[in-house]
Amino acid sequence: MYAYDEIDRTLVNERVAEFRDQVKRRLSGELSEDEFKMLRLQNGVYLQLHAYMYRIAIPYGTLASNQLRRLAHVARRYDRGYGHFTTRQNIQFNWIKLAELPDAMADLAEVGIQSMQTSGNNMRNVTADQWAGVAPGEVEDPRIWAELLRQFTTLHPEFSFLPRKFKIAITASEHDRAAIKIHDIGLRLLKNEQGETGFEVLVGGGLGRSPFIAKTIKPFVHGHDILSYVEAILRVYNQYGRRDNIYKARIKILVHELGIEKFAAEVEEEWQQIREGVLKLDDGIVEDIRSRFFYPAYEALPHMPDELKQAAHDAKFEAWRKNSVFPHKQQGYAIVTVSLKPVGKPPGDATADQMDGLADIADKYSFGEIRVGHEQNLALPHVRKHDLPAVWKALEAIGLAIPNVNLVSDIIACPGLDYCSLANARSIPIAQEITRRFANHDTANLIGRLHINISGCINACGHHHVGHIGILGVEKNNEEFYQITIGGRADEGAVLGTLIGPAVPYAEVADVVEDIVEAYLALRAHPEELFVDTVKRLGVEPFRERVYATR
Amino acid sequence: MPLVKGGHIVTDAFVRVADDAELPATGAILVSETRFLADPDALASRGKLGVIWPNNRDVDDLVPYLDRLALVALVFPSFRDGRAYTQARLLRERYGYRGELRATGQVLRDQFVFMLRAGFDAFDVKKQADAEAFTETVKRYSVFYQPAGDGRISALHQRLQLRHSESAGL
Repeated sequence: MYAYDEIDRTLVNERVAEFRDQVKRRLSGELSEDEFKMLRLQNGVYLQLHAYMYRIAIPYGTLASNQLRRLAHVARRYDRGYGHFTTRQNIQFNWIKLAELPDAMADLAEVGIQSMQTSGNNMRNVTADQWAGVAPGEVEDPRIWAELLRQFTTLHPEFSFLPRKFKIAITASEHDRAAIKIHDIGLRLLKNEQGETGFEVLVGGGLGRSPFIAKTIKPFVHGHDILSYVEAILRVYNQYGRRDNIYKARIKILVHELGIEKFAAEVEEEWQQIREGVLKLDDGIVEDIRSRFFYPAYEALPHMPDELKQAAHDAKFEAWRKNSVFPHKQQGYAIVTVSLKPVGKPPGDATADQMDGLADIADKYSFGEIRVGHEQNLALPHVRKHDLPAVWKALEAIGLAIPNVNLVSDIIACPGLDYCSLANARSIPIAQEITRRFANHDTANLIGRLHINISGCINACGHHHVGHIGILGVEKNNEEFYQITIGGRADEGAVLGTLIGPAVPYAEVADVVEDIVEAYLALRAHPEELFVDTVKRLGVEPFRERVYATR
Repeated sequence: MPLVKGGHIVTDAFVRVADDAELPATGAILVSETRFLADPDALASRGKLGVIWPNNRDVDDLVPYLDRLALVALVFPSFRDGRAYTQARLLRERYGYRGELRATGQVLRDQFVFMLRAGFDAFDVKKQADAEAFTETVKRYSVFYQPAGDGRISALHQRLQLRHSESAGL
């Protein structure tokens, strides 16, 4: 994790003081709701169906145990005892009171957590691979650069009132766990022939009502130039992005309307003016940031400890290990993904007690560090392999040893109509029903890797376009209907799913998913062929036939 | 609307002249970009001149005249529309404009810091209370992450200086 210094602490405290003043002015009537709206949004405060919702940033998905405990405290003291992890490394509290928000914000600031720019038309929380720094084969830790970008984007004097929100994601691994191709700017860290660090820069990705996969705007931008290059992109966007229509205001539309070549030329021209200016980084600055990240002192440990061999006789442990434990760059260590997708519960929710419990587990077994991924799961990034059986037991004690990571019940879903004022349809009950249908672990294992994504409206917070199975809630004559797409993916081979046919009513969604899965099991070439690969090989037609034959 | 300049509420030395109105005999005037571009030489030669520049027109078109202008007024039709921040930075940082740079339109207290950092030095403030709170408000922040044209040192460079002075002290 990144250790705040005096500068970071001062800035966050000044932000809290400013927001306290703004809330006071709103409560006294000095600020109109229209004026206050923009200010609260820039601090992550939404007005939802039932209450204010408070969204807090977890930059690049890295949390320290004391920070997780403080989130638990906020859940308990200011909310209803739980929080919801989102698809962009944020956590949301759904029942917070406006008058108490400045206090909640101040409590979080004490441990270096803030909510600046987690909503509003500005540069949002910079996200990264949740396995950054521990994934085998990673080029280098992308969080150093994510932190540089976080600082650059925070309270930027030019880009805090953009045409629309703006999201940056960064990865340094071949397998993209940060979904960079569905971001406004996606950065893939790589080395040039001289061994220098830089980025392939992608631009114009995004979902919502006009989904686009990001395009490469420049194959290599040197690390020293990355801030100026990002500034050049933002400057072109701030001037020329559309402001006449909220649905056409994202940078993806500008890139699409100009064409990537023309857009790239505009950016290049701007960049040439500023690349040698004040934003140029040098190794000293980069190393200064790197030096404030925490890296554990790993021990030399065996690849296959006795504890693990013994535990392998326990079928329940093995079921969990097989889909929750992942290779670590350091021999003798593992990354443990902690599923927040229990059967019949809202995806991504954690109670205050679970957060506290997980913080304790992280202290004992993971150097006090926790990660948050875009799949709405958490991870323990540095677990000694010989501790795995103990970690499993400890997770089980707090209800978090759920053996479904990457399986059909590991569903990504937005809050939907249960909370959100934008939604057309419910998401959570759909997810809950699907997890009940696939509650049998052996069946889920037989099906294998299958990502279901659910959004309650076209804004696509549940990233339905890129789900292997995507479910989008729409409204038809005051009833909830759902469009189903298949074959989408969010990784390095990102592609949008294809609609399989007419929308189906609420009560039939889980049946349709079951039909699709059954069709896949019958159609797959062999048990190792993943659902998305079968769809790619055969197209949607055989699935369409199966689903609509009897409807 | 109160005008804030140099941290104080001041009387506006410029008179706004509508496109179809007659020019006053003397004194500083502020005209629209249309009126200005129709005859820049005549207007510039009669005394102190200011131009209201819209936020949807490139400042490149204004650049040739900058040394003859005493005031450029940029426009925030709504506080949500941030195009004038880019125009301000370009005028100050790229084109070296040193005259008065005035924020007009929906200018509210909570934008002051951003505006100062982008290079504005005069503010047509919408509300009297906000204008009166100017000095207090701009003291809200003492640290800034990113360098901009206002000359304040950014956190990145501040940290490097600290490191250098620490190592020099050893």
